[in-house]
Amino acid sequence: MDRPSTANHRSSPTARRPSPGFLNAIGAIVWKDLAAELRSRELLSAMLVFALLVILIFNFALELDPLTRRVATPGILWATFTFAGTLGLNRSMAVEKDRGCLDGLLLAPVDRSAIYFGKTISNLAFMLIVEVVVLPVYSVLYNINLFNPGLIAVILLGSVGYVAVGTLLSSMAVQTRTRDVLLPILLFPVVIPILIAAVKASSGFLQGLAVTEVMPYINLLIVYDVIFTAVAYMVFDFVVEE
Amino acid sequence: MKPQPKFLKVLNFVSVLLFLTALGMVFLYSPLEATMNYVQKIFYFHIANAWVGMLGFLAAAVAGLIYLIKHDQKWDVIELAAVEISLVFFLIAIISGSIWARPSWGAYWTWEPRLTTAAILEMVYISYLLLRQGIDDPDRRARFSAVYTLVGAISVPITFMSIRLLRTIHPVVIGTNSSTSQGSFDMTSKMLATMFFVLFSFSVIFVNLFWHRIRLGQLAQQVEQIKLEELQ
Repeated sequence: MDRPSTANHRSSPTARRPSPGFLNAIGAIVWKDLAAELRSRELLSAMLVFALLVILIFNFALELDPLTRRVATPGILWATFTFAGTLGLNRSMAVEKDRGCLDGLLLAPVDRSAIYFGKTISNLAFMLIVEVVVLPVYSVLYNINLFNPGLIAVILLGSVGYVAVGTLLSSMAVQTRTRDVLLPILLFPVVIPILIAAVKASSGFLQGLAVTEVMPYINLLIVYDVIFTAVAYMVFDFVVEE
Repeated sequence: MKPQPKFLKVLNFVSVLLFLTALGMVFLYSPLEATMNYVQKIFYFHIANAWVGMLGFLAAAVAGLIYLIKHDQKWDVIELAAVEISLVFFLIAIISGSIWARPSWGAYWTWEPRLTTAAILEMVYISYLLLRQGIDDPDRRARFSAVYTLVGAISVPITFMSIRLLRTIHPVVIGTNSSTSQGSFDMTSKMLATMFFVLFSFSVIFVNLFWHRIRLGQLAQQVEQIKLEELQ
Protein backbone atom coordinates (compact mmCIF):
# COMPACT_ATOMS: atom_id res chain seq x y z
CA MET A 1 0.00 0.00 0.00
CA ASP A 2 1.34 3.33 -0.98
CA ARG A 3 2.10 5.59 1.86
CA PRO A 4 2.99 9.20 1.28
CA SER A 5 6.42 9.65 2.73
CA THR A 6 6.16 12.47 5.15
CA ALA A 7 9.25 14.03 6.50
CA ASN A 8 7.62 14.61 9.83
CA HIS A 9 6.19 11.25 10.89
CA ARG A 10 4.57 12.69 13.96
CA SER A 11 1.88 14.30 11.87
CA SER A 12 0.63 10.91 10.70
CA PRO A 13 -2.01 9.33 12.95
CA THR A 14 -0.32 5.95 12.63
CA ALA A 15 3.00 7.32 13.74
CA ARG A 16 4.84 5.11 16.20
CA ARG A 17 5.27 6.52 19.65
CA PRO A 18 8.98 6.77 20.45
CA SER A 19 9.89 3.92 22.76
CA PRO A 20 10.35 5.08 26.33
CA GLY A 21 13.85 6.14 27.18
CA PHE A 22 16.07 3.83 29.11
CA LEU A 23 16.05 5.98 32.20
CA ASN A 24 12.30 6.45 32.00
CA ALA A 25 11.84 2.70 31.95
CA ILE A 26 14.05 2.22 34.98
CA GLY A 27 12.21 5.00 36.78
CA ALA A 28 8.86 3.43 35.94
CA ILE A 29 9.88 0.03 37.32
CA VAL A 30 11.28 1.54 40.51
CA TRP A 31 8.17 3.64 40.97
CA LYS A 32 5.93 0.61 40.42
CA ASP A 33 7.76 -1.42 43.05
CA LEU A 34 7.87 1.36 45.59
CA ALA A 35 4.23 2.29 45.06
CA ALA A 36 3.11 -1.32 45.36
CA GLU A 37 5.16 -1.76 48.48
CA LEU A 38 3.82 1.43 50.01
CA ARG A 39 0.29 0.07 49.71
CA SER A 40 0.82 -3.46 50.93
CA ARG A 41 3.95 -3.09 53.04
CA GLU A 42 4.24 -6.86 53.07
CA LEU A 43 7.84 -7.02 51.93
CA LEU A 44 9.24 -4.39 54.25
CA SER A 45 7.40 -5.63 57.31
CA ALA A 46 8.61 -9.16 56.67
CA MET A 47 12.20 -8.04 56.18
CA LEU A 48 12.17 -5.78 59.22
CA VAL A 49 10.64 -8.27 61.59
CA PHE A 50 13.01 -10.92 60.33
CA ALA A 51 16.04 -8.67 60.80
CA LEU A 52 15.05 -7.83 64.34
CA LEU A 53 14.47 -11.48 65.15
CA VAL A 54 17.91 -12.36 63.79
CA ILE A 55 19.48 -9.76 66.06
CA LEU A 56 17.54 -11.27 68.93
CA ILE A 57 18.85 -14.73 68.10
CA PHE A 58 22.41 -13.42 67.98
CA ASN A 59 21.92 -12.10 71.45
CA PHE A 60 21.55 -15.66 72.67
CA ALA A 61 23.88 -17.28 70.18
CA LEU A 62 26.82 -15.14 71.23
CA GLU A 63 27.55 -14.09 74.77
CA LEU A 64 27.53 -10.40 74.11
CA ASP A 65 29.33 -8.88 77.05
CA PRO A 66 30.37 -5.29 76.32
CA LEU A 67 33.80 -6.21 75.02
CA THR A 68 32.58 -8.97 72.71
CA ARG A 69 29.85 -6.69 71.50
CA ARG A 70 32.30 -4.19 70.06
CA VAL A 71 34.15 -6.90 68.24
CA ALA A 72 31.11 -8.80 67.06
CA THR A 73 28.90 -5.90 65.98
CA PRO A 74 30.00 -5.64 62.31
CA GLY A 75 29.63 -9.37 61.87
CA ILE A 76 26.20 -9.47 63.44
CA LEU A 77 25.02 -6.49 61.41
CA TRP A 78 26.17 -7.97 58.13
CA ALA A 79 24.82 -11.41 58.88
CA THR A 80 21.48 -9.78 59.62
CA PHE A 81 21.54 -7.74 56.43
CA THR A 82 22.53 -10.77 54.38
CA PHE A 83 19.66 -12.90 55.63
CA ALA A 84 17.07 -10.14 55.50
CA GLY A 85 18.32 -9.17 52.06
CA THR A 86 17.77 -12.71 50.82
CA LEU A 87 14.19 -12.53 52.01
CA GLY A 88 13.63 -9.26 50.19
CA LEU A 89 15.21 -10.45 46.96
CA ASN A 90 13.16 -13.62 46.98
CA ARG A 91 9.83 -11.94 47.59
CA SER A 92 10.50 -9.12 45.18
CA MET A 93 11.08 -11.46 42.27
CA ALA A 94 8.49 -14.02 43.31
CA VAL A 95 5.79 -11.35 43.26
CA GLU A 96 6.79 -10.40 39.72
CA LYS A 97 6.70 -13.95 38.53
CA ASP A 98 3.48 -15.00 40.24
CA ARG A 99 1.41 -12.06 39.09
CA GLY A 100 2.73 -12.28 35.56
CA CYS A 101 4.37 -8.88 35.88
CA LEU A 102 7.65 -10.25 34.63
CA ASP A 103 6.06 -11.34 31.37
CA GLY A 104 4.47 -7.94 31.04
CA LEU A 105 7.80 -6.24 31.59
CA LEU A 106 9.45 -8.46 29.02
CA LEU A 107 6.81 -7.58 26.45
CA ALA A 108 7.40 -3.89 26.94
CA PRO A 109 9.53 -2.25 24.24
CA VAL A 110 12.40 -1.51 26.55
CA ASP A 111 15.90 -2.80 26.79
CA ARG A 112 15.98 -5.87 29.05
CA SER A 113 18.72 -4.34 31.12
CA ALA A 114 16.32 -1.56 32.11
CA ILE A 115 14.32 -4.23 33.91
CA TYR A 116 17.49 -5.36 35.65
CA PHE A 117 18.45 -1.88 36.79
CA GLY A 118 14.89 -1.07 37.82
CA LYS A 119 14.59 -4.18 39.97
CA THR A 120 18.06 -3.69 41.39
CA ILE A 121 17.33 -0.12 42.44
CA SER A 122 14.04 -1.05 44.07
CA ASN A 123 15.66 -4.02 45.84
CA LEU A 124 18.39 -1.66 47.00
CA ALA A 125 15.78 0.77 48.27
CA PHE A 126 14.11 -1.95 50.35
CA MET A 127 17.40 -3.16 51.74
CA LEU A 128 18.44 0.38 52.66
CA ILE A 129 15.14 1.01 54.40
CA VAL A 130 15.65 -2.09 56.52
CA GLU A 131 19.19 -1.03 57.33
CA VAL A 132 18.04 2.45 58.26
CA VAL A 133 15.68 0.94 60.82
CA VAL A 134 18.03 -1.76 62.11
CA LEU A 135 20.94 0.58 62.84
CA PRO A 136 19.21 2.75 65.45
CA VAL A 137 17.50 -0.26 67.02
CA TYR A 138 20.83 -2.05 67.32
CA SER A 139 22.46 1.08 68.71
CA VAL A 140 19.85 1.29 71.43
CA LEU A 141 19.74 -2.42 72.25
CA TYR A 142 23.50 -2.79 72.53
CA ASN A 143 24.49 0.68 73.60
CA ILE A 144 26.88 1.20 70.71
CA ASN A 145 26.92 4.37 68.66
CA LEU A 146 26.46 3.31 65.05
CA PHE A 147 25.98 6.76 63.59
CA ASN A 148 29.33 6.75 61.91
CA PRO A 149 29.53 8.23 58.37
CA GLY A 150 32.19 5.71 57.39
CA LEU A 151 30.00 2.85 58.52
CA ILE A 152 27.06 4.22 56.59
CA ALA A 153 29.20 4.51 53.46
CA VAL A 154 30.30 0.89 53.86
CA ILE A 155 26.74 -0.29 54.33
CA LEU A 156 25.72 1.57 51.19
CA LEU A 157 28.54 0.11 49.08
CA GLY A 158 28.01 -3.38 50.42
CA SER A 159 24.27 -3.26 49.80
CA VAL A 160 24.80 -2.13 46.22
CA GLY A 161 27.04 -5.09 45.46
CA TYR A 162 24.74 -7.49 47.28
CA VAL A 163 21.61 -6.49 45.35
CA ALA A 164 23.52 -6.29 42.06
CA VAL A 165 24.36 -9.99 42.22
CA GLY A 166 21.26 -10.86 44.19
CA THR A 167 18.82 -9.49 41.63
CA LEU A 168 20.47 -11.49 38.87
CA LEU A 169 20.52 -14.70 40.86
CA SER A 170 17.00 -14.25 42.21
CA SER A 171 15.75 -13.81 38.64
CA MET A 172 17.23 -17.22 37.98
CA ALA A 173 16.14 -18.83 41.21
CA VAL A 174 12.51 -17.73 40.88
CA GLN A 175 12.21 -19.63 37.61
CA THR A 176 13.27 -22.94 39.10
CA ARG A 177 11.34 -25.55 41.06
CA THR A 178 13.33 -25.03 44.23
CA ARG A 179 12.84 -21.25 44.23
CA ASP A 180 13.20 -19.72 47.67
CA VAL A 181 15.65 -22.26 48.93
CA LEU A 182 17.89 -21.88 45.94
CA LEU A 183 18.68 -18.18 46.20
CA PRO A 184 20.81 -18.37 49.38
CA ILE A 185 22.56 -21.45 47.98
CA LEU A 186 23.47 -19.59 44.82
CA LEU A 187 24.10 -16.20 46.39
CA PHE A 188 26.17 -16.77 49.51
CA PRO A 189 29.31 -18.32 47.98
CA VAL A 190 29.43 -15.55 45.43
CA VAL A 191 28.80 -12.66 47.82
CA ILE A 192 31.59 -13.55 50.25
CA PRO A 193 34.01 -10.84 49.09
CA ILE A 194 31.38 -8.26 50.02
CA LEU A 195 30.98 -9.79 53.45
CA ILE A 196 34.70 -9.86 54.03
CA ALA A 197 35.29 -6.31 52.90
CA ALA A 198 32.15 -4.87 54.52
CA VAL A 199 32.75 -6.48 57.91
CA LYS A 200 36.40 -5.46 58.03
CA ALA A 201 35.68 -1.93 56.82
CA SER A 202 32.76 -1.54 59.26
CA SER A 203 34.94 -2.82 62.04
CA GLY A 204 37.70 -0.41 61.05
CA PHE A 205 35.38 2.59 61.10
CA LEU A 206 33.76 1.59 64.39
CA GLN A 207 37.15 1.21 66.01
CA GLY A 208 38.09 4.64 64.73
CA LEU A 209 40.95 3.46 62.52
CA ALA A 210 42.44 5.90 60.04
CA VAL A 211 40.71 5.93 56.68
CA THR A 212 43.92 4.85 54.94
CA GLU A 213 43.88 1.58 56.86
CA VAL A 214 40.33 0.86 55.84
CA MET A 215 40.80 1.94 52.21
CA PRO A 216 41.88 -1.49 50.84
CA TYR A 217 38.53 -2.92 51.90
CA ILE A 218 36.58 0.04 50.53
CA ASN A 219 38.43 -0.36 47.24
CA LEU A 220 37.55 -4.03 47.22
CA LEU A 221 33.88 -3.16 47.72
CA ILE A 222 33.95 -0.63 44.89
CA VAL A 223 35.73 -3.03 42.55
CA TYR A 224 33.27 -5.79 43.35
CA ASP A 225 30.28 -3.46 42.84
CA VAL A 226 31.53 -2.28 39.47
CA ILE A 227 32.51 -5.71 38.17
CA PHE A 228 29.33 -7.44 39.20
CA THR A 229 26.96 -4.72 38.11
CA ALA A 230 28.64 -4.87 34.70
CA VAL A 231 28.53 -8.67 34.54
CA ALA A 232 24.91 -8.85 35.68
CA TYR A 233 23.93 -6.17 33.19
CA MET A 234 25.54 -8.10 30.34
CA VAL A 235 24.15 -11.44 31.31
CA PHE A 236 20.61 -10.51 32.42
CA ASP A 237 19.18 -10.99 28.93
CA PHE A 238 20.03 -14.67 29.02
CA VAL A 239 18.29 -15.10 32.31
CA VAL A 240 14.90 -13.69 31.36
CA GLU A 241 14.59 -14.64 27.73
CA GLU A 242 11.89 -17.15 26.97
CA MET B 1 25.69 -45.21 23.51
CA LYS B 2 28.19 -44.76 20.74
CA PRO B 3 31.05 -47.28 20.94
CA GLN B 4 34.20 -45.91 22.46
CA PRO B 5 36.48 -44.43 19.83
CA LYS B 6 39.80 -46.19 19.52
CA PHE B 7 41.69 -43.22 20.91
CA LEU B 8 39.57 -43.30 24.05
CA LYS B 9 40.28 -46.99 24.59
CA VAL B 10 43.98 -46.29 24.27
CA LEU B 11 43.61 -43.36 26.66
CA ASN B 12 41.91 -45.61 29.23
CA PHE B 13 44.83 -47.94 29.14
CA VAL B 14 47.38 -45.13 29.22
CA SER B 15 45.63 -43.49 32.20
CA VAL B 16 45.77 -46.64 34.28
CA LEU B 17 49.39 -47.17 33.32
CA LEU B 18 50.33 -43.60 34.20
CA PHE B 19 48.53 -43.81 37.53
CA LEU B 20 50.33 -47.01 38.50
CA THR B 21 53.63 -45.53 37.43
CA ALA B 22 52.88 -42.40 39.44
CA LEU B 23 52.17 -44.54 42.50
CA GLY B 24 55.43 -46.33 41.93
CA MET B 25 57.37 -43.12 41.59
CA VAL B 26 55.85 -41.65 44.73
CA PHE B 27 56.52 -44.65 46.92
CA LEU B 28 59.67 -46.11 45.43
CA TYR B 29 61.51 -43.43 43.51
CA SER B 30 60.99 -40.21 45.43
CA PRO B 31 63.13 -39.85 48.53
CA LEU B 32 61.79 -39.68 52.08
CA GLU B 33 61.60 -36.13 53.25
CA ALA B 34 63.71 -35.30 56.28
CA THR B 35 61.12 -34.08 58.80
CA MET B 36 57.75 -35.24 57.58
CA ASN B 37 58.67 -38.67 56.19
CA TYR B 38 55.76 -40.47 54.58
CA VAL B 39 53.27 -37.70 55.29
CA GLN B 40 55.03 -35.53 52.77
CA LYS B 41 54.12 -37.96 50.00
CA ILE B 42 50.49 -36.89 50.23
CA PHE B 43 51.71 -33.61 48.79
CA TYR B 44 52.20 -35.13 45.32
CA PHE B 45 48.62 -36.30 45.01
CA HIS B 46 47.22 -33.24 46.72
CA ILE B 47 48.88 -30.81 44.30
CA ALA B 48 47.90 -32.86 41.26
CA ASN B 49 44.26 -33.09 42.28
CA ALA B 50 44.03 -29.41 43.22
CA TRP B 51 45.60 -28.37 39.93
CA VAL B 52 43.28 -30.57 37.93
CA GLY B 53 40.27 -29.37 39.91
CA MET B 54 41.04 -25.77 39.13
CA LEU B 55 41.62 -26.65 35.48
CA GLY B 56 38.17 -28.16 35.33
CA PHE B 57 36.68 -25.05 36.89
CA LEU B 58 38.27 -22.94 34.19
CA ALA B 59 37.06 -25.34 31.51
CA ALA B 60 33.53 -25.07 32.88
CA ALA B 61 33.59 -21.28 32.81
CA VAL B 62 34.92 -21.24 29.24
CA ALA B 63 32.31 -23.79 28.14
CA GLY B 64 29.62 -21.67 29.79
CA LEU B 65 30.75 -18.55 27.98
CA ILE B 66 30.83 -20.38 24.64
CA TYR B 67 27.37 -21.76 25.29
CA LEU B 68 25.98 -18.27 25.88
CA ILE B 69 27.51 -17.11 22.63
CA LYS B 70 26.68 -20.10 20.44
CA HIS B 71 23.64 -21.68 22.11
CA ASP B 72 24.86 -25.13 21.13
CA GLN B 73 23.73 -27.73 23.68
CA LYS B 74 26.98 -29.67 23.40
CA TRP B 75 28.77 -26.93 25.34
CA ASP B 76 26.29 -27.41 28.14
CA VAL B 77 27.19 -31.11 28.28
CA ILE B 78 30.88 -30.19 28.38
CA GLU B 79 30.29 -27.64 31.13
CA LEU B 80 28.39 -30.09 33.33
CA ALA B 81 31.02 -32.78 32.79
CA ALA B 82 33.79 -30.35 33.76
CA VAL B 83 32.01 -29.24 36.94
CA GLU B 84 31.08 -32.73 38.06
CA ILE B 85 34.49 -34.30 37.76
CA SER B 86 36.29 -31.23 39.05
CA LEU B 87 34.07 -31.40 42.10
CA VAL B 88 35.43 -34.84 42.88
CA PHE B 89 39.06 -34.02 42.10
CA PHE B 90 38.91 -30.91 44.23
CA LEU B 91 37.23 -32.79 47.06
CA ILE B 92 40.08 -35.29 46.99
CA ALA B 93 42.49 -32.35 47.09
CA ILE B 94 40.76 -30.86 50.12
CA ILE B 95 40.60 -34.16 52.00
CA SER B 96 44.19 -35.11 51.19
CA GLY B 97 45.25 -31.62 52.21
CA SER B 98 43.46 -32.01 55.54
CA ILE B 99 45.17 -35.32 56.17
CA TRP B 100 48.51 -33.69 55.44
CA ALA B 101 47.66 -30.66 57.56
CA ARG B 102 47.04 -32.57 60.78
CA PRO B 103 50.62 -33.72 61.38
CA SER B 104 52.14 -30.69 59.70
CA TRP B 105 50.13 -27.80 61.07
CA GLY B 106 48.47 -29.43 64.05
CA ALA B 107 44.95 -28.99 62.71
CA TYR B 108 42.88 -30.60 59.97
CA TRP B 109 41.75 -27.22 58.77
CA THR B 110 42.79 -23.60 58.98
CA TRP B 111 41.06 -20.60 57.57
CA GLU B 112 44.00 -19.42 55.55
CA PRO B 113 43.35 -17.95 52.07
CA ARG B 114 43.83 -20.97 49.87
CA LEU B 115 41.87 -23.37 52.02
CA THR B 116 39.02 -20.95 52.50
CA THR B 117 38.86 -20.25 48.78
CA ALA B 118 38.95 -23.99 48.13
CA ALA B 119 35.97 -24.49 50.41
CA ILE B 120 34.09 -21.68 48.69
CA LEU B 121 34.93 -23.07 45.26
CA GLU B 122 33.60 -26.45 46.29
CA MET B 123 30.41 -24.76 47.51
CA VAL B 124 30.04 -23.02 44.14
CA TYR B 125 30.28 -26.43 42.41
CA ILE B 126 27.64 -27.90 44.67
CA SER B 127 25.36 -24.87 44.26
CA TYR B 128 25.75 -25.28 40.51
CA LEU B 129 24.54 -28.88 40.70
CA LEU B 130 21.62 -27.88 42.92
CA LEU B 131 20.69 -25.17 40.42
CA ARG B 132 20.62 -27.68 37.58
CA GLN B 133 18.52 -30.04 39.65
CA GLY B 134 15.78 -27.44 40.01
CA ILE B 135 15.18 -26.78 36.32
CA ASP B 136 13.44 -29.15 33.94
CA ASP B 137 13.57 -27.21 30.70
CA PRO B 138 16.91 -28.11 29.03
CA ASP B 139 17.37 -24.77 27.33
CA ARG B 140 16.71 -22.75 30.46
CA ARG B 141 18.88 -25.08 32.50
CA ALA B 142 21.76 -24.64 30.11
CA ARG B 143 21.42 -20.85 30.09
CA PHE B 144 21.22 -20.51 33.88
CA SER B 145 24.08 -22.92 34.45
CA ALA B 146 26.26 -21.01 32.02
CA VAL B 147 25.44 -17.73 33.75
CA TYR B 148 26.25 -19.23 37.15
CA THR B 149 29.61 -20.61 36.04
CA LEU B 150 30.49 -17.15 34.79
CA VAL B 151 29.41 -15.49 38.03
CA GLY B 152 31.32 -18.11 40.01
CA ALA B 153 34.42 -17.87 37.83
CA ILE B 154 34.59 -14.12 38.37
CA SER B 155 33.83 -14.17 42.07
CA VAL B 156 36.26 -16.91 43.13
CA PRO B 157 39.47 -15.06 42.19
CA ILE B 158 38.08 -11.92 43.83
CA THR B 159 37.30 -14.03 46.91
CA PHE B 160 40.84 -15.36 46.99
CA MET B 161 42.32 -11.87 46.77
CA SER B 162 39.98 -10.51 49.40
CA ILE B 163 40.74 -13.32 51.86
CA ARG B 164 44.44 -12.82 51.27
CA LEU B 165 43.96 -9.15 52.03
CA LEU B 166 42.07 -10.12 55.15
CA ARG B 167 44.48 -12.72 56.44
CA THR B 168 47.77 -11.00 55.72
CA ILE B 169 46.67 -8.18 57.96
CA HIS B 170 45.54 -10.54 60.69
CA PRO B 171 47.62 -13.70 60.47
CA VAL B 172 46.25 -16.80 62.12
CA VAL B 173 48.54 -19.12 63.98
CA ILE B 174 47.24 -22.56 64.91
CA GLY B 175 49.09 -25.48 66.35
CA THR B 176 52.81 -25.93 66.54
CA ASN B 177 53.62 -24.63 63.09
CA SER B 178 52.43 -21.33 61.70
CA SER B 179 49.59 -21.97 59.32
CA THR B 180 50.58 -18.93 57.33
CA SER B 181 53.73 -20.77 56.31
CA GLN B 182 53.44 -21.74 52.70
CA GLY B 183 54.24 -25.32 53.57
CA SER B 184 56.98 -25.36 51.05
CA PHE B 185 60.18 -27.22 51.54
CA ASP B 186 63.25 -27.57 49.46
CA MET B 187 62.64 -30.18 46.84
CA THR B 188 65.35 -32.34 45.45
CA SER B 189 65.33 -33.00 41.74
CA LYS B 190 63.83 -36.47 42.33
CA MET B 191 60.96 -34.92 44.23
CA LEU B 192 60.40 -32.34 41.50
CA ALA B 193 60.43 -35.03 38.83
CA THR B 194 57.92 -37.09 40.81
CA MET B 195 55.71 -34.08 41.35
CA PHE B 196 55.62 -33.18 37.67
CA PHE B 197 55.02 -36.76 36.67
CA VAL B 198 52.09 -37.15 39.09
CA LEU B 199 50.73 -33.82 37.86
CA PHE B 200 50.97 -35.01 34.28
CA SER B 201 49.36 -38.37 35.09
CA PHE B 202 46.44 -36.72 36.78
CA SER B 203 45.97 -34.34 33.89
CA VAL B 204 45.72 -37.34 31.58
CA ILE B 205 43.32 -39.04 33.98
CA PHE B 206 41.29 -35.83 34.05
CA VAL B 207 41.04 -35.74 30.25
CA ASN B 208 40.08 -39.41 30.24
CA LEU B 209 37.35 -39.02 32.82
CA PHE B 210 36.21 -35.77 31.18
CA TRP B 211 35.77 -37.56 27.88
CA HIS B 212 33.82 -40.41 29.49
CA ARG B 213 31.62 -37.96 31.35
CA ILE B 214 30.91 -36.00 28.16
CA ARG B 215 29.87 -39.23 26.46
CA LEU B 216 27.59 -40.00 29.37
CA GLY B 217 26.18 -36.49 29.19
CA GLN B 218 25.44 -36.86 25.50
CA LEU B 219 23.58 -40.10 26.19
CA ALA B 220 21.62 -38.40 28.98
CA GLN B 221 20.75 -35.60 26.60
CA GLN B 222 19.42 -38.08 24.04
CA VAL B 223 17.34 -39.84 26.69
CA GLU B 224 15.91 -36.54 27.88
CA GLN B 225 14.99 -35.52 24.36
CA ILE B 226 13.17 -38.81 23.82
CA LYS B 227 11.36 -38.30 27.12
CA LEU B 228 10.30 -34.78 26.19
CA GLU B 229 9.08 -35.93 22.78
CA GLU B 230 7.08 -38.74 24.37
CA LEU B 231 5.44 -36.33 26.79
CA GLN B 232 4.24 -34.07 24.00
